[in-house]
Amino acid sequence: MQNSIQKKQLLQKLSAILDSDSLLYEQEDTKPYECDGLSAYRHLPLLVALPSTLEQIQAIVRICHEYKIPVIARGAGTGLSGGALPREDAVLLSLAKLNQILDIDPARCLATVQPGVRNLAISEAVAAFGLYYAPDPSSQIACSIGGNVAENSGGVHCLKYGLTVHNISQIKIITIQGELLTIGSEALDSPGYDLLALMTGSEGMLGIIVEITVKLLPIPERAQVIMAAFDDVEKAGHAVGHIIADGIIPAGLEMMDNPAIRAAEDFVHAGYPVDAAAILLCELDGTNEDVSEQVMRVSALMKQHGAISIKTARDEAERQQLWKGRKAAFPAVGRIAPDYYCMDGTIPRSKLPWVLKRIAELSDQYQLPVANVFHAGDGNLHPLILYDANKPGELQQTEEFGGKILELCIEAGGTITGEHGVGMEKIDQMCIQFQAHELQQFHDLKHAFDPDGLLNPGKAVPTLHRCAEFGAMHVHQGQLSHPELERF
Amino acid sequence: MSDQSSLLRDQVVAAQTQQRPLSIRGNNTKSFLGHPCDATILDTSSHSGILHYEPTELVITARAGTLLSDIKQCLDEQQQMLAFEPPSYGEKATLGGTIACNLSGPRRPYTGAARDYVLGCHIINGQGHIMKFGGEVMKNVAGYDVSRLMTGSLGTLGILLDVSLKVIPKPLHELTISKELDGDQALQLMSHWRQTPLPVSAACHNGEQLFFRLSGSEKALKTAHSKIGGERIDNGDHFWQRLNEHQHAFFNSSKKIWRLSLPSTVPMLELDGKTFLDWGGAQRWLVSDIKPDTIRQLVGSVGGHATVYRNNDDQTDSFQPLSLNMLYLHQQIKKAFDPHGLFNPGRMHREI
Repeated sequence: MQNSIQKKQLLQKLSAILDSDSLLYEQEDTKPYECDGLSAYRHLPLLVALPSTLEQIQAIVRICHEYKIPVIARGAGTGLSGGALPREDAVLLSLAKLNQILDIDPARCLATVQPGVRNLAISEAVAAFGLYYAPDPSSQIACSIGGNVAENSGGVHCLKYGLTVHNISQIKIITIQGELLTIGSEALDSPGYDLLALMTGSEGMLGIIVEITVKLLPIPERAQVIMAAFDDVEKAGHAVGHIIADGIIPAGLEMMDNPAIRAAEDFVHAGYPVDAAAILLCELDGTNEDVSEQVMRVSALMKQHGAISIKTARDEAERQQLWKGRKAAFPAVGRIAPDYYCMDGTIPRSKLPWVLKRIAELSDQYQLPVANVFHAGDGNLHPLILYDANKPGELQQTEEFGGKILELCIEAGGTITGEHGVGMEKIDQMCIQFQAHELQQFHDLKHAFDPDGLLNPGKAVPTLHRCAEFGAMHVHQGQLSHPELERF
Repeated sequence: MSDQSSLLRDQVVAAQTQQRPLSIRGNNTKSFLGHPCDATILDTSSHSGILHYEPTELVITARAGTLLSDIKQCLDEQQQMLAFEPPSYGEKATLGGTIACNLSGPRRPYTGAARDYVLGCHIINGQGHIMKFGGEVMKNVAGYDVSRLMTGSLGTLGILLDVSLKVIPKPLHELTISKELDGDQALQLMSHWRQTPLPVSAACHNGEQLFFRLSGSEKALKTAHSKIGGERIDNGDHFWQRLNEHQHAFFNSSKKIWRLSLPSTVPMLELDGKTFLDWGGAQRWLVSDIKPDTIRQLVGSVGGHATVYRNNDDQTDSFQPLSLNMLYLHQQIKKAFDPHGLFNPGRMHREI
């Protein structure tokens, strides 16, 4: 993209809006922003703007719009798909300074917050009212709610309580034209199209999210965790299906395979059985009576379907300890290999044994070990590929292996991303998941909001040209993707 | 039960060539909702059939013309249900119409709306392309959430061909209780219990009495009933169904029936007419002759919006008008899906 203004002139204009601490342009200052949670991809931004008010954001965006300079919004930078990856020609708009909880309304079960507020900080702030915010991505101590909306983040509790899209009521956005729009309301619906759903998970491509009203839920009377160990991953997978078929929707239902169990146990000593092929962590919550009944039913089902041992947390401390192993699974795996690459495909649960078998075969083929962490209840896989970026070619091998896993998820009837987003990372696999007309529809939709393509360009939805280039290398079962396009 | 998608697509292509707008229709059970549109009828009712249902995956996929009653029955056999408890407004209601209108019943504030359970869909856009968005899995953030955008768009963006929905297990037991209270007292009590982890699954007020429905294990219901108090109602299912289907005597009127969507804690509004509170106070039915502008101004000032749901006249907008900025954005989105303005012109907002 050709900017129509020199960096120096742009800085001059922006320094009329922001104080010098809020405008970073020297390499040593912008370096910390060169990547998000996907550190394998790095670029320096043109400059970093750190506004503190909506008026400043509007003024910055208006200048960028006038001079056709791309804008990339960034929250806490914990995203795992490179959605906030900078570009040399783009302003990186950090929303970190907008970190205030603006209002808590316990009677309406709503809280209104700025985008830079951390996910966990919301639940902490409303706990005094007996309420909490349900979506809990593993990064919840660090990730910001604005980023959660942009990515439609999930977490371990989304089988029962839904994703971000189910748990927000209203947002305010600033359009690329610099207008402030309110989307949704404090009622349960709004006239017109469901733009709240459209904005959620739109990865900073349609507008800048500057305020969020989240829905709060009463803290359940009781929560109880059951851990069941299995000598076979497939048996664990079947047990999940039987629990759900019995009419129980657990608050969380997580699976870890042996490498993940070992890594987590070494790291936090959660009390996991290190010899098990797989463990299931099943959390049940609700009224005291319902939980008691469900704990008995789930324990019986696990036994009936092949669990070799079952442990029920005796108290809250033990419950937290069992979850700690799961929540620390990523960093735990980080201790056993120099680098790891986290995938995020989702599959119909019944295809789990087949997909895990294929991943194991690919692991052998690429000579790269894999640890599997799995939101088993909703079919969201997180295979972690272990590699060493310092070994020449290993990152490239890992990316190729990761791409194969995503293609496997599509083949199984699933999707390339359940909750981490497409960003930069999975952009090529979008060409496999979607047909040309569908991708074009996404582009047309973006055009409705951002006709000049200035918001987070090049992310989330590939151009058809990019797909043509990628497709030339990926001929599946003799069928060329996008045969209607010319090849480059 | 058959696949009519290519026939439907041919009709769209022909309409495009002839520049002839289309009025998408299933079994016409919801013609009262929105403005009538002067266009050739495109009948989707024969594009029907349940395509895939796997109870352990909690997902059902069916063609748009499938009868809602068939879907409910199919789920019922497996002790599952549609969490959003959609009304049918007629025996022949279809899945497509239900999703196009985003219709949800009394359970809505507690378990979510139709849009919350839509996982994916196939559509035909205004250029005659058949496209798939979302899928049959619980979590999917690849691409923009077009399936939810389609939900509630009243057929103005495209033709729904099939829809995949998340389903949930039926509660083990349900219990309905009632208390005599006025509207404001009822609103306070509904809000109070909403903030506690009691298993409330519906709350309404008919002008004189407050009704709560509780869902869960028998023991949990007993405990919750003793906390909330009130009289147990026999045949609770029938009561909620009659409310959901607008068969309650309240809806028997030739005046305009308004649907007010409000933040649930807004006190009773000073509007002449009869009010029935549903959704724990967040959805209020109003039978009234008051001028539409007066209603919309008042409702807008407390953060809500008002729809003329039934018995509208030719002049009044069915839906609360959009702000200029929002209308412009809606027009751009409409253009992105339906550049020739073929689908249901003016059905939702007259300008789109």
